[in-house]
Amino acid sequence: MCLALPAKIIAIDAATDMATVALGEVNKEVSLALIDDAQVDDFVLIHVGYALNKISQEEAEKTLRLFAEAGLSGEMTR
Amino acid sequence: MKYIDEFRQRDLAETLAAAIDREADHRRHYRIMEFCGGHTHAIFRYGVQDLMPANVRFIHGPGCPVCVLPIGRIDSAIALVEVHGVILCTYGDMLRVPASDRRSLLKVKAEGGDVRMVYSTQDALKIARDNPGRQVVFFAIGFETTTPPTAVALQQAQAEGLQNFSVFCNHVLTPAAMRAILDAPQRAGEAALAIDGFLGPSHVSTIIGSHAYAPLARRYGKPVVIAGFEPLDVMQSALMVIRQLNEGRCEVENEYSRVVTAEGNRKAQARVAEVFELRPTFEWRGLGLVADSALRIRPEYANLDAEQRFEVAAISASDVKGCECPSILRGVKRPVDCKLFGTVCSPENPMGSCMVSSEGACAAYWSYGRFRQPDDAGAVQEGVA
Repeated sequence: MCLALPAKIIAIDAATDMATVALGEVNKEVSLALIDDAQVDDFVLIHVGYALNKISQEEAEKTLRLFAEAGLSGEMTR
Repeated sequence: MKYIDEFRQRDLAETLAAAIDREADHRRHYRIMEFCGGHTHAIFRYGVQDLMPANVRFIHGPGCPVCVLPIGRIDSAIALVEVHGVILCTYGDMLRVPASDRRSLLKVKAEGGDVRMVYSTQDALKIARDNPGRQVVFFAIGFETTTPPTAVALQQAQAEGLQNFSVFCNHVLTPAAMRAILDAPQRAGEAALAIDGFLGPSHVSTIIGSHAYAPLARRYGKPVVIAGFEPLDVMQSALMVIRQLNEGRCEVENEYSRVVTAEGNRKAQARVAEVFELRPTFEWRGLGLVADSALRIRPEYANLDAEQRFEVAAISASDVKGCECPSILRGVKRPVDCKLFGTVCSPENPMGSCMVSSEGACAAYWSYGRFRQPDDAGAVQEGVA
């Protein structure tokens, strides 16, 4: 039910506060009513036709590094 | 897909599994409740439990909105269709959930009732605009993730003056349910529930923020790690819970930092606060009446509240005899402990709500073959002291 998918904004219609997003190979129309400052090329989390939040590339990379570092030390998440 | 594939890499899963095996103290238990059905689904689909040492176990929580909605609320929705003749719009998950007398919204639809599956609240608004001569009710369910889209629809309907649209509100709140689980007294015929820490919700937390769990971690002394829904997120978060327990900490940590912030989505929170207020009490399947655990529509939007527009009788209905959904939802029984599981109750012909949604523990056990290993996941409760 709380499933939400990461999608890339490819076009924004400011008049209707809607965006076209690419979900893999599929394009969808979603509402931007719940987020501010969305830009084309931003990645957003899509849930029941709404963008819920922007996804931070920087934080995603940090988390992926944590996974790799888990193999090295127990202190890296602190 | 970006942000999905990277979080399912096998080599990193092996790294994390080795780290958990190394760091988990074999002299103790780590009983971690994943609150969300989305996590339950990921744990089963990717076999995450099998990558854990025997003393690290996941206990499945009630975070599946269709699973916790009491039968009486579905009976009320059916009455809206059959007594009041409305077009009832709802999300697909809701259609097959068993109501009283072995009925469901899907059966009501088959019998000629106007029940429509929608993907978004925007679809429900469109149906209302396209059918000005009919009353259209959106049967709203879901946790904090799904509430803001309902708030937007109500504000839009208000602004447009859409007279034939209303919402039957069943939105519920996560922190209240977590408290209810920890406060629940042991019931006759059930084992005591023992939880050492929580995997916190992914997408609920994108809205309410990680700070929302701080009082819970403090008051009950349980670590909470906000976890993403991908398998590597679940493993990393389990490792973070294990480290907290090893070090005697009980804090809120955020593994899902690519989307979740401490304060959450303020804009969505504001919209929800404009439209909804706390219900003094709401019934949950499994947990019973829980104070301040659900939302209702504010008086300012009363004209769009289906419970005020129509006479929605409060129906109190009981679960199917023998169905263990209530105990399974509290984490004190496993699906294999239910006599109906896999005999008369299966995803094709569900008797209880936990077998309907793919996020329900019973559906997950069934779909991914856990029923073949009755002792596996169960080692938690009965196992090492």
